[in-house]
This record gives sequence, C-alpha cells and structure tokens, in this order.
Amino acid sequence: MRSLKHFFEQSWLLIVASFCFGLVIAATHAALSPRIELNKITKLTNLARRLVPETKRFVPVEEDIETRSLQGKAERVGVYKMMDGDRLVGWTFKVVGSGFADKIELVVAVDGRFETLAGFDVLASNETVGFGDQIKHDDFRGQFEGVPATALSLSTTGNPDDIDSTIVAISGATVTSTAVVEAINHYLVPVKEELQQKGLIGDGN
Amino acid sequence: MATDSDARACLYKETLLAGLWRENPVFRLLLGMCPTLAVTAAVKPAFTMGCCVIFVLLCSNIMVSLMRDRLKPHLRILMFTLTISTFVTLADLFLKAFLPAMSEALGPYVPLIIVNCVIICRAEACASKNPLLLSIIDALGMGVGFTLTLCVLAGCRELLGTGTLLEIQVLPRAFHPWAAMGMPVGAFITLGFLLGLVNLISRKQS
Repeated sequence: MRSLKHFFEQSWLLIVASFCFGLVIAATHAALSPRIELNKITKLTNLARRLVPETKRFVPVEEDIETRSLQGKAERVGVYKMMDGDRLVGWTFKVVGSGFADKIELVVAVDGRFETLAGFDVLASNETVGFGDQIKHDDFRGQFEGVPATALSLSTTGNPDDIDSTIVAISGATVTSTAVVEAINHYLVPVKEELQQKGLIGDGN
Repeated sequence: MATDSDARACLYKETLLAGLWRENPVFRLLLGMCPTLAVTAAVKPAFTMGCCVIFVLLCSNIMVSLMRDRLKPHLRILMFTLTISTFVTLADLFLKAFLPAMSEALGPYVPLIIVNCVIICRAEACASKNPLLLSIIDALGMGVGFTLTLCVLAGCRELLGTGTLLEIQVLPRAFHPWAAMGMPVGAFITLGFLLGLVNLISRKQS
C-alpha cells in the first residue's frame, strides 16, 4: 500500500499528462483521418488517371479484396474501376513491396479486361537517389506498359524497349527492381482471381 | 520599478536575439543537424520543417514551463519526450491532412523532430527553469533562428543545384546546375562553408 502511494506520488503527473496527451492525439486523429484518407485516394486516382488517360471517374469495387502481404499478413486491397462514361477502361489498385531502404507503394493499372498492364506509378518510395529512385523514371516504368497481366520476370540483361513479360532491372538497383516486380506479381493474380469470382471481369463487366 | 521592467525587457530582447545569432541552434550550438542536412535541398520543405519546429518548440516550452514546479528530476526527460512527441504527432497529422505533398517531401523527418536536440535542449535549459513568458520568447527566438538557418542553407543549395529560388528561375538559363548540391554532399559542403563564414564574422566582431 505504501509503495503504491509512493508510486502515485512520483508519477501522477506522468500518468495525467499521458492520458491528456493521448486524448488530444486521438481527437486530432479522429478529426483529420477522413481528410488524410481522401488525400491518399486522390493521389492514387490522379496517378492512375495518368496511366489510363481516358478515365473520367473512379468507382470503388464494393468489397475490398482480401489477400496477404508479401510478409504474410492479412490485408485488404481496395480496387477501383476506371470508367469513361459507362465504359470500363481499366482497373487500378495499390500494391506494396519491400524495397532496398523502405517499403515501396505503387499504383498499378490494368486494362478493362484485365489482360494487359497499363503500367504503374510510385505512390511512396524512399529508395536511394540516383539508383533505386529510378523506378520513377519513364525508362523503367515504360517496360510495364502493355505487357500481359500475368506473372512478370526480372532479368539483368536484355532490351528494355521490348514489350514482354521480362523486365530489365535498373543497373545498380536490382533490389528495388526486384521489389517492384515481386510486388506487382504478388497482387496481380489474387486481384484478378477475386474479380473473376465476383463476375466483374470476363462477362462484359 | 522602472529599472526592474527595463531589465526584464532587456532580458526578453536578449533571449529573443540569442536564438538568431549568439546561440543560433545550427551555426553556434550545432544542434538539429539531421533536418539541417536532410531537408535543405529546396527552400519550401526547409521552411515547412522550420515552421513545424517552431510549433513543437513553442508548445513544448509552454507545457514544460507550466509543469516545471511539479516535475520530478528523475522523470523530467520522460516528461519532455512525452510532451514533444505529442506535438510532433499533431504537426505530422496536420501536414498529412492539409499539405500532403509537403508531408511526403519531408518524409520521415517530421516524426524525427521528436529526437531533435534543439527542442529537448530548450526544454531542459530554459523552459524547465524559467517562467512562461520567457520560455515562449526563448522558443520563438530559437525556432525562428533555426528556420532562418535552414532557409539560408536551402536557398544556397536550391540556387546552385537548380538555378531556382522557391521554384522560380533566378539564374540565367545558361547556368549549368550543380547536381551535387541537391545530394547529401551538397548539404555538407554548404553547411561547412556557412559555418566557416559565421565563425569568421564572429571572430571579426570579437
């Protein structure tokens, strides 16, 4: 009893401050999180629109797709239909890979039939300037445009101008290049299968 | 009575100006080197980082000054860290909500303000020993001094690295940008030159 009293005498300010600061952070987070989420969605859709320029609006697929991350954790992937009026022109979703420095977040766009990749763009990356950050450059990203939406492979040699499922790695940034290819491969098949199961692709949308 | 208020006004002025030159956190105390080197490739992110530091420094100095009589000596660092991390989290959330592009440009360096030595140093050296008003003035002086330093450093780097200032073309198109100024090496070289310059001026003054 005496030690408990001593504990509170010593630490009451810390306990009260922790509680008050926690409340302030929780209230601020609750107030701002819708706006932060909206900012993330806006960024994703803006980047996706650049990949499929005819897109006029985005329609979220009603239920997120349940899958597992590269680390094996259960996660939900939000998929958006890319529409030009009533015509479906593509699908877009976010993928996450483990890069050289940190995780890499990409937005991937696929055509309306889910048969060819329209490309990818980088949502977030802290890869090394001059090396890994070249995944943002058109030279690398261009290799993904128009390739079949099936498993891609990575090669350290070859012609980057060839449009096929073999991606040529960035010289000096093989880890980052691998991370991009692995991330796209990891999410592409489950998303496609789930959309097929829901009857959203293959039957005229 | 008049002398007392004059002395107090003089103290406030001294405290405010100390952060700008005599005890400038970057050039004289060599504190807060991580953001100084990391976010000074351009003026806009440097200014945003400076504003975040002013906000956190001001709020933490206010809180620590208000709590100073009740702080237990062996728990004070814990209280400082708790206070600082709260305001850093708030600043980070505000940036993510209202300046998402800037939040992204600053990356992990906003959360890293928690371990910025300038802030914990002012909490320990000033706010925990002085009344509220003096702590506020100290926070403003140090915060503005830190921000100005970041902006000067970023101005030099942006100008030589891209030929622009605040993304406006300043140098003639014929100028070939020094790409290295946008990289870490540019930060170290510019900081070294500016520290040398400040030391030179200080020596001449003394």
